[in-house]
Amino acid sequence: MPSNDILLPRRALVGGLASLGGLALAGCSDENPPTYGNLLRIADDFTYRAQRLLLPRNALVRQFDHADITSMPAIGTTDPGNAKEPAFSTDFGEAYDRLRKAAFAEWRLEVAGLVARPGAYALADLKALPARTQITRHTCEEGWSSIAQWTGAPLAALLSHAGMLPTARYVNFHAYDETVDSIDLYDALHPQTILAYGMNGRDLPVAHGAPARLRVETQLGYKSVKFLRRIEVVEKFDDFGKKGNIQNGWSWYAGI
Amino acid sequence: MSAGAIESSVGGPSRGHAPWVRLAHWLIVAVVLTLAYSGIVILMAHPRLYWGWSGNDLTRPLIELPLGRNYHHGGWAAASPFFGDPRGPVSQVRTYDIFNQNGWARSLHFLLAWLLVSALAVFAVASLATGHLRRDLLPRGEELAPKALWRDVREHLALRITPAKGGPPYGVLQKLAYLGVIFAALPVMVLTGMSMSPTIAAAWPWLPALFGGTQSARTIHFLFLCLIALFLAAHLLMVALSGIGRQLRAMTWGR
Repeated sequence: MPSNDILLPRRALVGGLASLGGLALAGCSDENPPTYGNLLRIADDFTYRAQRLLLPRNALVRQFDHADITSMPAIGTTDPGNAKEPAFSTDFGEAYDRLRKAAFAEWRLEVAGLVARPGAYALADLKALPARTQITRHTCEEGWSSIAQWTGAPLAALLSHAGMLPTARYVNFHAYDETVDSIDLYDALHPQTILAYGMNGRDLPVAHGAPARLRVETQLGYKSVKFLRRIEVVEKFDDFGKKGNIQNGWSWYAGI
Repeated sequence: MSAGAIESSVGGPSRGHAPWVRLAHWLIVAVVLTLAYSGIVILMAHPRLYWGWSGNDLTRPLIELPLGRNYHHGGWAAASPFFGDPRGPVSQVRTYDIFNQNGWARSLHFLLAWLLVSALAVFAVASLATGHLRRDLLPRGEELAPKALWRDVREHLALRITPAKGGPPYGVLQKLAYLGVIFAALPVMVLTGMSMSPTIAAAWPWLPALFGGTQSARTIHFLFLCLIALFLAAHLLMVALSGIGRQLRAMTWGR
């Protein structure tokens, strides 16, 4: 059961609803994302539309008890500051290493794009937002799953704090390992979508995305971007070219 | 009473296969084979099965399949316990570059899954509307009598198979096998598959719960693949024993 539910401030709710309205209207136009090119991606797009059309919105994922917590493999990038890792980025890897050595005291999450108050959030700023703790299942596309406790600030609370504008339709996430991905506003404003800085009662370990990672509990694990660096609220869908999932052969929508 | 026994239980000349039955048959064949292929590629990324709501390389499996290079790969860094107890939950960094073709295999699987759901829906409606279900597939009361069932089982075990007539009427075991695949095994595949989706599990939590959890659903998904493969083997054997040329012509051109 939810340990501490949050009430969305009214402004976020109004902004969010306005944006969802925009999303629903845009569903009728040809500009609907994602702009997939081949047969496989068209099927992903169809699944996305079908799930958004047929399933109840904001249904909560199951929350487990503390005794249900399991071991959890750390895969993909497990240390963006390690030059030996395949995804090491010269642009951000060294910066990450410096931040890590200073216990992330200098880390800032940049919030930009369609927000009234763009800004840079320190860990203390995230922790000052209403916190949510949830014990949920991480579902990896490989086929395994694990259960862990995550503590963080609801993304909806951060977007409300930054003053998300009604034209917003997607939230883009940029990470220190150069991962870049996006989610729509259904998932972004979902009450269990959080920016997690704590795992199993401690600070989020480096291998699992320190100092803060996204948790999108309604989608597969790879959508929960680790090592967050920058959040950008946008109106137009971006596939991020060669750096994005689609051109690397992976689904953008991973609710299935 | 060799072939005569089945002959009498089946009875009468064949009506042949209706065009929509032939179309649905070959469509479902293509879809199921492609689903099995992409499904096995997906399974190869993580050839371990579990019971309950979670399971991973660091927890105990129910079944491990020696499938591809990810089987027992053992590429793990030292464990760090989450709660200080090394016997409790741990985190471990994977150091092994696994086989993983899920980028295309998952999308292909779900594309075919949509086709399977459509084909099953069309078959269900058409078989009801045309009377195919009532006339050719549902066993009559007397066919289900233990004595009649046992006689058909004995005839099959002795491989005394009626020569092909190119369509219904079918024997009682034949009817039960077709009904079982179309209206039980394939729908279970669809439902266990849907149970694994995080969005669907959030929207309809009763669905994965019906199968004992999302990882149980994945295990049942695999076990039913095995059942469907068994059906396919038996089906092909019966087609071969009853006259493969006649059967293929009947299912393709109708005569």
